[in-house]
Order: sequence, then structure tokens, then C-alpha cells
Amino acid sequence: MTAEIGHFALVLALFVAVAQASLPLIGAHRGDPGWMALAKPTAILQFALVAVAFACLTHVFVTSDFSVVNVVSNSHTDKPLLYKISGVWGNHEGSLLLWVLILAIFGAAVAVFGANLPPALKARVLSIQAMIAVGFYLFMLLTSNPFDRIFPPPLNGRGLNPLLQDPGLAIHPPMLYLGYVGFSMAFSFAIAALIEGRVDAAWARWVRPWTLAAWCFLTGGIALGSWWAYYELGWGGWWFWDPVENASFMPWLAGTALLHSSTVVEKRDTLKGWTILLAIITFSLSLLGTFLVRSGVLTSVHAFATDPTRGVFILALLVIVIGGSLALFAWRGPKLVSTGLFQPVSREGGLLFNNLVMATACAAVLLGTLYPLLLDAPGGGKVSVGPPFFNTVLIPLMIPMIAAMAVGPFLSWKRSDLMPALRRLRIALVLTIVAAIVTYAVHGDEPVLGVVALAMAVWLGTGVLTELAERIRLFRSPLSESFRRLGRLPRASWGMTIGHLGLAITIAGMAGAGAWKVESIQVMKPGDKVTVGGYEYRFTGAKAGKGPNYKFVGGQFTVSRHGREITKLTSEKRVYNVSQQPTTEAGIHTTWRGDLYAVIGDAEGSGGAFVTRLYFNPLVVWIWAGTLIMVFAGALSLTDRRHRVGAPHRKSSAVSLPGAQEA
Amino acid sequence: MKRKHRRLTFVGIALLLLGAAAALVLAAFEDNIVFFYSPTDLTEKKPGPSQRLRLGGLVETGSVKKPGGGIIIFKITDTAQSVEVQYKGIVPDLFREGQGVVAEGRLMNGVFRADEVLAKHDENYMPPEVAEALKKAGQWKGDGKGNGHTDKGKAK
Repeated sequence: MTAEIGHFALVLALFVAVAQASLPLIGAHRGDPGWMALAKPTAILQFALVAVAFACLTHVFVTSDFSVVNVVSNSHTDKPLLYKISGVWGNHEGSLLLWVLILAIFGAAVAVFGANLPPALKARVLSIQAMIAVGFYLFMLLTSNPFDRIFPPPLNGRGLNPLLQDPGLAIHPPMLYLGYVGFSMAFSFAIAALIEGRVDAAWARWVRPWTLAAWCFLTGGIALGSWWAYYELGWGGWWFWDPVENASFMPWLAGTALLHSSTVVEKRDTLKGWTILLAIITFSLSLLGTFLVRSGVLTSVHAFATDPTRGVFILALLVIVIGGSLALFAWRGPKLVSTGLFQPVSREGGLLFNNLVMATACAAVLLGTLYPLLLDAPGGGKVSVGPPFFNTVLIPLMIPMIAAMAVGPFLSWKRSDLMPALRRLRIALVLTIVAAIVTYAVHGDEPVLGVVALAMAVWLGTGVLTELAERIRLFRSPLSESFRRLGRLPRASWGMTIGHLGLAITIAGMAGAGAWKVESIQVMKPGDKVTVGGYEYRFTGAKAGKGPNYKFVGGQFTVSRHGREITKLTSEKRVYNVSQQPTTEAGIHTTWRGDLYAVIGDAEGSGGAFVTRLYFNPLVVWIWAGTLIMVFAGALSLTDRRHRVGAPHRKSSAVSLPGAQEA
Repeated sequence: MKRKHRRLTFVGIALLLLGAAAALVLAAFEDNIVFFYSPTDLTEKKPGPSQRLRLGGLVETGSVKKPGGGIIIFKITDTAQSVEVQYKGIVPDLFREGQGVVAEGRLMNGVFRADEVLAKHDENYMPPEVAEALKKAGQWKGDGKGNGHTDKGKAK
């Protein structure tokens, strides 16, 4: 019964969404307040209906109702409750339902909290949100219904992939989706603005919180996924340029660019067309990301052939959303006239430079990710594009951007001079050179790129701190005055400072773990010792045992440095009862200098010997510490006064001046 | 600076960046694209040891040997042809006889020396390249679907 209620709620939600997509839009066009006002109740109702559907699906998973196909394929009575719940979105159909649920939550949030929006803009935004939702409802109901029944029901389910039975991965997809779907708000606002033919500072302020929130979630989601891959997959790596990872990285690059360009729209009334285009691109990449991951478009081109309806539907949806919005942009975009002029060397110029690099990097990742598809389609052969490609292209692109990142905040809006900014950064420059020399002296024979990357991190970090010191006039006015200024800094500027600092920390981590990782593979008997990165790993043997729904063999290592014991590591090889699928649990000891990481492989011979893989991953934890700081910075910026108080009001004088050209 | 000049400066910078990126992409493509071979392709074309490539198929049943020292020797087959693969390191969790696998490395004296072995984290998964290679050899009927991360073993 529950499954039928869920299915019915989903069908009703489709109808409500159709109403929400059409009536308020027509109302806004005609200037009919009654029709426009329909946006609010329909958005709330749509949210309520999807919530019911989602609750129903959760209910059938928790109660293990094996008459529902989805539960049979993805759940099992033995599974802990947390993973029964996370099983709801651990599959294609359920993840789509989660997607529309989040979409409906965002829509309802605009309906309820968007009281300060002009009614026409609000009506249009909600209508466009509903159009996206209609696409998803149709896709689910026609090709991927999560409530399909099976008869006769089997006694038990097939279980969830054991690798996904992990707390980190239980919350990773919802985080990522909050990011992807959050960018739909920026998209809807962009399309609404195109229809209205008007983008101004007030518009930028309405969009900013949504973009910022989406960016925070996406950053957190990516970091969580990378961390999961690091500790769960047992390869000792944290980023593999897998298509699945690229799918989330592309919207991040575009979203980061959007975050910066929308500041320019808000403060300087320029770069409007570009910002709108970025909003469209960011959401398009989010859609692409959703489908790349779930449909297996990339990992398996043949998914299209086996389920043609699904593949064709996805393609059609992407073409309509991306093609339609770009066509609208081509038609209406030229009407968005910017008034703010600026010199190449200026704050705007710096932000534009960031945007260009981000967009170029994003295009390169897109090319590398889709290239195997492009080449395969005309029969050009099967290829794979691996990490070397992405590293070769992205690292040289990022270096000038990081260099500019430290300078940008010193530049004033409109027109500025490079020399005074650089003069103020001389201490940072000296520190950077010292750091480079010290790193080179310690790791002279190691990759030069590592030295460069670490130096860039120091440059960015010290640059950001210098800017903060300048702003509060540290050492140039009495200390009490500096503290007073520190307390008065707006939270948005704290957000920038802390966010950039977080990136510096992440870059340092990437440099360390990327350039100076030590890896050693060997066969070890109990009592054998191997030295990796200055740490001595002693294998003390392996024991077999049983977990809640798996059996394991656990290998023990004692790690010491200069004869002093530091830690004991245990790495497990697990075999899950239901699927008989083996997984590896790495033994990890984290310190700020680096991670000690041990993995046990197959038994070798009968003497208790095992193949082992040992790592020293320098600074690797800095990567996630830095991203966590970035997320915190984004959240801090979100609480800025200008988003809460003095809600943005559109000035009637903000009508664009004709004749002015976008610089 | 006139408005027109300013605009030119921006377009110039953008073109410069794009040009640099295009150059980088082309250079990277030249060195870092790895072609996929089935065992039949490999025995027919016999690429030299300088070419890095991917070899995919099924792990031939009964072919897995462990001569010690963490080395594993096995055969990858598309049922028409099979190629011996040597690899030092830990194979992925889902590496099993009769299962689909992709190895990356070089062909040296008729033996494929792999430095990476990949399998997918889903027991029903068949790498699409492998599925196609098997289809060509006329053996395998399946849907080639699957998702999730690629599992890989990596060796130095």
C-alpha cells in the first residue's frame, strides 16, 4: 500500500508542477497578480507531495518491503538501519527522487522566505523551477519508477554494495545533490532575469545566498567523496580524475566562477551577460553530473543501447534545458546592458581573470571527460584519458591564477595600479622565496612542481594574511584600533579571507601528498620490517574474525620512528555475507605532518605472509582541513548582514543606460 | 585608454589563455591518451614496448599464478585469443578468475607488463570496453551496465 501512496503522490506532484510551471509564468507575462500568486501555494504543495513520496520510499526500505523491486535490488534485512535509509538514495531511481525532493525544498523555501522578491520575478523563478521538476517527474514516472512492484516477492534482497555501507558515503550523495540542485536556483533566477531583460545589483544579491549555499554543499560533498575514496578504497590516493569525480568538479569550477562574477554584478553593475551565462553553464554541468554518475553514460556508453528509453530521455532533457536556455540567452542576452566600466588592472579585472581561468579549466576537464565518448562515437577507437592529462593541463592553468589571487584583493574597483599592490606584498614574496628554497633544500631531487605548488600555497596564505593586516591597519595604528577594525569587518570579507586561506591550506596538502608520497609494495612475513618515508612498519601478523554482516582478516602493523613506537595500524580485508563481495579497510594514522597508511592484500604462501602496501602521505589531511575551512568561510559569508538585514530593494533608477557597452 | 582598446585587452587576455590551454590540451593528448586493446587486437597489431595501452577481457580461468614476491601472473582472454599479464602489487578486491578486468601497461616480448589493474566495484559490472571486445569475439551477451568507482591496483 505504501508504495502505491508514494507513486500516487509522485503523479500528483507532476500535475501540481505542471500548474506551477505554466500559470504563474503566464500571470507574470500578463501582469496578473492573481495568477502570479499561484506560485507560492503550488510550490508548497509540490514540496509536500514529494516529501510524502520520499517518506513512502524510506518506509518501504526501512520495513524491507521486498515486493518493491528497488528494495529487492538494494537492500537486505541484515543491513544496519543507517544503511537501509541510505539505500533509499544509493540507487538510480531513489537518487532521482532525492534530487526532486531537494529541488522542491528549495522551491518551497523561495516561496516562503522570498517575501522581498518582486512578485513577477518570484513567479517566474518558481515557474522555471517547476519546469525542471516536470522533466524529472516525467523521467521517473516513465522510465525509472522507484515504486515498481515485483511478483512474487523474494524472501530477501540483494543488499547494498558493501563499499557504500559507510557513514561518509551515506551523507555524501545528499550533500552533492544539495550543491547540484542549489545551482538550479541561480539558473532559475538567470532565466527569469533573461525573460525580464533586467539584471541589477538587487538581482545579484537575491541570487548570491543560493549560489553560496550550493557552493558550500558542493565543496563539502566533493571533499567527503574524496575522503571516502582515500580511506575506503585503499589506494592511498585522494583524487583519481575518474569521470564520476570530474562530474562533480566541473560544476564546482563553474560555480566558483559564478560566485566571483556575481560580486562584480552586485558591486559594479557589469559582467551581467557573462554572469547569466555562467549560471546557465553551472546548472547544465550539474545536470550533466547527475546523469553521468547515475546513468553510466560515461563509464558505459552501452547503457544507452540497453535501455534506449532512459538514454533518449536523458539526452532530450539535457538538450531542452541546455539548448533552450542558451537559445534564450542568445536572444535576450544582448539586452542586458552593463554600465560599470573598468580598467584591466582593477578588482573587476582580477575577478574576470579568475573567471577566465576557471572557465578554461572547466572546459579542459569537460573535454578530457567526454573525449572517450566523442572519439568512440564515429568509431575512432576506445581510449581512456587518465590523471596525467588532467594534471598536465590544469596545474599550469592554476599557477597564474593562484599568483593573481593574492594580488586581487589589494586592487581597488574600477582602476588600480599593480606596483603599490606588489610593494605591499613584498614580505609575502620574501616568505614565499624562503619557503621554496627550504623545500628545495629538503627535497632537492624531488619534483620541481611540488616545490612550486608549495611555494604557491605559501604565497597565497601570506598574501591573504597581509591583506587582512592591511585592512585593519595592523602595526600602523595602535593595537586597540586594529582590534576595533577587526571586529567591524563584514562577515562577507571574513568569508573571502578565510576561504582563500582554506584554499592555500588545501593546495599545500595537494602539493605534499602529490609530490612526496612514498609507496612500498612487498610480501611481509610476521615480524618483517619495512621503512617507508622514515617510518618503520613492522608486520605483526594477521587474525581472522567476524563483523556484523561480514567476515574479515585483519593485518596488524606497529609503526615506529627513531625506535619510538608511534601507533598500531590494522587493515582489514572483508568479505560481506550477502554479496560475497570483498572490500579492503586501510589502517590509517593521521598526523599534521602526514598520514601513515597500511593496506593488507592477499595471503602469500602458507607461512602467514601477506602482500602489503604501505604509504607515507605527507600533509594529506591538509587537503580536507582546507576544504572544511572553505565550507566554513562560505557559511560565514552567508550570514553576512547584507543578506539578512536591509533586504535588497530594487531601485527604480537602476534601469540600464542604453548605449553603454559591456567592458 | 579608450573603451574599444580596453575591450581589446580583455579579448586578448582571454584568447591568450584559451590558446595556452589549447596548446596544453594538445600536448597532453599526444602523450596521455591510452588506447584500449582486446587480446585479439593485441596479437594482431603487436604494438611496441614504447606504447602504453590498456588491455581488457576476462581473467582466464585457471591461469592465475603467484610465483612469490608479490608478483601475480594471469591471462586475459576474449575467448578467441589470450595474452599473459605480469603484475606486481595488490590486485583489486574484485579481481577473480572468469571476471572482467582491464590492465594498463606495455607489451614487452609477448608478455603484457601491467602497472595498473582495474576492476569495477560491482560484481555484475562488465567494463564496457571488455563487453564490446567479448561481443566482437562473439561470446558474451549482457548489458554492460554498472556504476560506481573503478577499483584499481597500482604498482610502482
